Amino acid sequence: MMKKNKSKNSLNSSTFLLLVTIALFAVMYIAGMIIFNDRGFASPQMFLNLFISNAGLIVIGCGMTLVMITGGIDISVGSVTALVCMSAAYAMEKKGMSAYTAVGISIGVGILFGIVQGYLVSYLEIQPFIVSLAGLFFGRGLTAVISTEMISIKNELFLKWANCKIYLPFGTYNKHGAYQAAYIYPTVIIALAVIIILTVVLKYSKFGRALYAIGGNQQSALMMGLNVKRMKMQAYVLDGFLAGLGGFLFCLNSCAGFVEQAKGLEMDAIAAAVIGGTLLSGGVGTVIGTLFGVLIKGTISSLITTQGTLSSWWVRITLSALLCFFIVLQAIIAYTKKKNINKLE
Amino acid sequence: MEQKIILEMKKISKTFPGVRALTQVDFKLRKGEIHALMGENGAGKSTLIKVLTGVYEFDNGEIMMDGKKIVNHSPKDANENGISTVYQEVNLCPNLTVAENLFLGREPRKAGFIDWKTMNKKSKDLLKSLDIEVSPTVSLEECSIAVQQMIAIARAVDMQCKVLILDEPTSSLDEEEVEKLFVLMKKLKKESVGIIFVTHFLEQVYAVCDRITVLRNGELVGEYEVEKLPRVQLVAKMMGKDFDDLADIKGDRSFDSEKQEAVIEATGLGHTGTIKPFDITFHKGEVVGLTGLLGSGRSELVRAIYGADKADSGQLKVNGKTVKINTPLDAMMHGMAYLPEDRKRDGIIADLSVRENIIIAMQAKRGMFHLMSRKEMEEAADRFIDLLQIKTASRETPIKSLSGGNQQKVIIGRWLLTNPEYLILDEPTRGIDIGTKTEIQKLVLQLADEGKAITFISSEIEEMLRTCTRMAVLRDGKKVGEVEGDDLTQEKIMETIAGGETTNE
Amino acid sequence: MSNEKTSLIKRITSHPLFMPIVCLIVVLLVNVIKRPDFFKISINNGVLYGYLIDIINRASELVILAIGMTLVTASSGGQDISVGAVMAVAAAVCCEILSGGEVSTNEFANSFVLAIVAALVVSALCGAFNGFLVANLHIQPMVATLILFTAGRGIAQLVTKGQITYVRVGTYKVAGGYIGKCPIPTPIFFAIIAVLIAYLVLKKTALGLYIESVGVNGSASRLVGLNSTKIKFLTYVICGLLAGVAGLVASSRIYSADANNIGLNLEMDAILAVALGGNLLSGGKFSLMGSVIGAYTIQALTTTLYAMNVSSDQLPVYKAIVVIIIVILQSPVFRKYIADIKKKRAVNKQAMEGGRS
Repeated sequence: MMKKNKSKNSLNSSTFLLLVTIALFAVMYIAGMIIFNDRGFASPQMFLNLFISNAGLIVIGCGMTLVMITGGIDISVGSVTALVCMSAAYAMEKKGMSAYTAVGISIGVGILFGIVQGYLVSYLEIQPFIVSLAGLFFGRGLTAVISTEMISIKNELFLKWANCKIYLPFGTYNKHGAYQAAYIYPTVIIALAVIIILTVVLKYSKFGRALYAIGGNQQSALMMGLNVKRMKMQAYVLDGFLAGLGGFLFCLNSCAGFVEQAKGLEMDAIAAAVIGGTLLSGGVGTVIGTLFGVLIKGTISSLITTQGTLSSWWVRITLSALLCFFIVLQAIIAYTKKKNINKLE
Repeated sequence: MEQKIILEMKKISKTFPGVRALTQVDFKLRKGEIHALMGENGAGKSTLIKVLTGVYEFDNGEIMMDGKKIVNHSPKDANENGISTVYQEVNLCPNLTVAENLFLGREPRKAGFIDWKTMNKKSKDLLKSLDIEVSPTVSLEECSIAVQQMIAIARAVDMQCKVLILDEPTSSLDEEEVEKLFVLMKKLKKESVGIIFVTHFLEQVYAVCDRITVLRNGELVGEYEVEKLPRVQLVAKMMGKDFDDLADIKGDRSFDSEKQEAVIEATGLGHTGTIKPFDITFHKGEVVGLTGLLGSGRSELVRAIYGADKADSGQLKVNGKTVKINTPLDAMMHGMAYLPEDRKRDGIIADLSVRENIIIAMQAKRGMFHLMSRKEMEEAADRFIDLLQIKTASRETPIKSLSGGNQQKVIIGRWLLTNPEYLILDEPTRGIDIGTKTEIQKLVLQLADEGKAITFISSEIEEMLRTCTRMAVLRDGKKVGEVEGDDLTQEKIMETIAGGETTNE
Repeated sequence: MSNEKTSLIKRITSHPLFMPIVCLIVVLLVNVIKRPDFFKISINNGVLYGYLIDIINRASELVILAIGMTLVTASSGGQDISVGAVMAVAAAVCCEILSGGEVSTNEFANSFVLAIVAALVVSALCGAFNGFLVANLHIQPMVATLILFTAGRGIAQLVTKGQITYVRVGTYKVAGGYIGKCPIPTPIFFAIIAVLIAYLVLKKTALGLYIESVGVNGSASRLVGLNSTKIKFLTYVICGLLAGVAGLVASSRIYSADANNIGLNLEMDAILAVALGGNLLSGGKFSLMGSVIGAYTIQALTTTLYAMNVSSDQLPVYKAIVVIIIVILQSPVFRKYIADIKKKRAVNKQAMEGGRS
């Protein structure tokens, strides 16, 4: 009574979600190019700007993807970003530390969050949501403890990093006929490097596969001899590291630290991951998908800013609606899958 | 003749809060033998297995492997010491591919990176050598439970284990698959792997095993060679008492279904994907058994009647009137009651008290705005604690702290309180000590005498023969026949279950 | 003799409300030590004044939210983190209708009742949206409510067109102020009435039992005839509705709809209240009174921290620490760890005593 395996249909659900995402991005972007062609939406630089303004989010979204693959979540990343920006700004401007030290502090803050949250989630088995909700409030509160005033960063080296344009071998001519080479910032390179490294880690390392196994069935992973607690802990620490790094990239973009910074960024990161095909229930997800999730978010905000008359709140609302749509889609796919399995037996 | 002892557990003791699970248990496994570990539920089989595999830490005793003392703190340690386990509920990851499930944690690597090509190839060879027909690149959730089980065994086999533990692996396999498994086990035996085989099926023990170790109440009863221990004695050793209670409790009960009015009449009722359309009638005062292998659709049939899975074809008559059952509540309103198969998952509401567990169905039937008074609840609870002799500290004790048998009695009490005309009992005696088992069987007959229609489902045919006057047989999600009267014998039923012509595709 | 004594102590300490009350007393004691006049209540200008009154008054919205949060937690084993945002939405809808679209108004542009009803309907709809995602689509509660948690304030902004809408009418200030010459602040009445209604509903109907049953074991509950989907959904609607009520009270206090600040960080306080009340955040059995006491404890804590010159931006730090401590204490792993230590100690003690005799 061996069932014939329909391997052709087997890829469907996760690949399907990713394809929906890529198609959605393409449709949105092309629509934007057509509608706002006169406002420069079609230029290559506009596309690169998506990466430039969202480099931090890409890195943070990757961390989110990691913990979501294990079946967890981390909603503290927005606050961690604010805390990172604030501590980096405070260190450089009020304590006169160097930009290098600021990098160290940023990543240290992220890793510290990762360690504490990871320990509570993996070793004390507390719901990740509660833990990171506390992290969310703790981080934001601590930011206010450091300073309730906004601190602008004027550190020379830091600004040099922030404004270091890397020109690409192509470009466009502006209205006056002058050639403008397309450019990116170093932050984009870091973000893309993170994507590539994590793709390899997730696909070709024991650690990466262990994360999928834990998300698929934690009990089984344990029985198959994986050190589930340690792997989960590592996932959260890595997530913390990426939140710290992403926070610093974010800071390079904003060049300031203030309490209200990056509010709701956790939502952007979760939305990016979910839109990119990461299952909330764990076990499925790719960082490439998350990248496209971030690009969709970026496209929505540039569409709304380019349009000009809509309030910025629409970005958040559209994104929430999109997240809602994908969550419902996932629920439907899970439901039909369950039905199919019942039929199989 | 005497084979080399590969694994020895000496004087193992383990206590859980308030319970002594194992007391000074010894266990020996020789090279190249299949050793059955037998005992009733709660005898300590699974605790012993879990101690051996490092899931639990034991309090006292020692484990020797090849003459060396070993300590397993986790399944990983056990694996490294050459002990692999395949559990009843498959412990694999559904989202990963077959190949990954085979090699998780020990993936072949090239320059530090996982070598997918080699992994898939190795998997293909391994699966082929064990006659498992599945492609290594499909994801596990696409495979049937049986195939998943085989994959789990393949994984253990490939890990070069010296001791393979099979914890009730056959309960979800059909006969053909069980045969295949046995071939595999015998093959491994030749390769001098020691196999510990935990099962409930006596026939299977006598089919493949060399030795039997029997546990009872967390203590060792003894170790026996299979040829020297006839079945009857094995059962006696497991149960620890003679057969008085298993005597014929039905007496001279005879039943003429023609004379009694039908309570439930289903025609063409079915639920896509679980049970094909069936006709069945249940009469007043009649105990009808549903039999068939696990997964044959016996539970699904009653679930369709009860509305647990809403029937999508056919019609149902209750007391002669056509009714529409969309939810369990509709069924309850028409006088039905359903004791589900999986007590822990679908039966008990663990954190609530015995009282609340007893009255919950009655309360649901009355509706949210007609809360039973505290006094009514207490009286109802006390009545059934008394009637069914439920052993509980008080009626306010959470049901989770009761033993399995007493939990089951609470659930029965819950349904009796609603005074049903038609009572479905799906495996009411599973995982329950033998004394309570007999009590429940007697109760079933008593309820039938009071005029209730009863459907009884059990994996143990003997138990059904003792209680039922008619039996419906199911196979592959389809009702294939009914047996009653003089035909009601084990042979006849087995024949019907197996089917006249071989319909294996 | 001593046995009886210990059993009495045990009975008191094992009472579900023991820990919540102890927490409250500790916080109050700290206050009394710092401020001997803490319990003093005086009458100024015909209204009651005093730290205690202030705490009880300020806690009103939190108490109302905590009721809903308790029910949601019990039925679904998760929390509704959108309550603060829903409060803002309710306030925005109400004020916008009353002002007739103006930024500020000195008289009602539309019927007062209409505005209240509309605000409550909208908040119940928000709850229904959450409930649909959680109960019908089986999405983890916190993820489902995360959508409104972030979008909610945006929606409120849209309703008020990004402005703070003021309603400078006496009637509107009553809910957050005083009724006529009554010396007791009105929010206290709102809280008391909400608690009373919830208490009566749970006492007189089987809803409480249903919620607990569904929260402990949904699939078993379905088989005994409970519609777990409907019950979960209902708790979310109730939670949304109560958030709406709390939003109106909060809005009435400042006679305006401030989309950015109404109910800010209150979701955290509400969850904290539930946890402090001795309820498991993983659902199942619950104690409404525990949550109410929890809510007052949190407000007392907040007031204490304010008195210690902690700014409102910094408050979350302390509350987050309290939450983490509570969930650690609640976590089964930690409890097991403590139990193991106790057991070892007992064994050691026995061994020592055995050695002596």
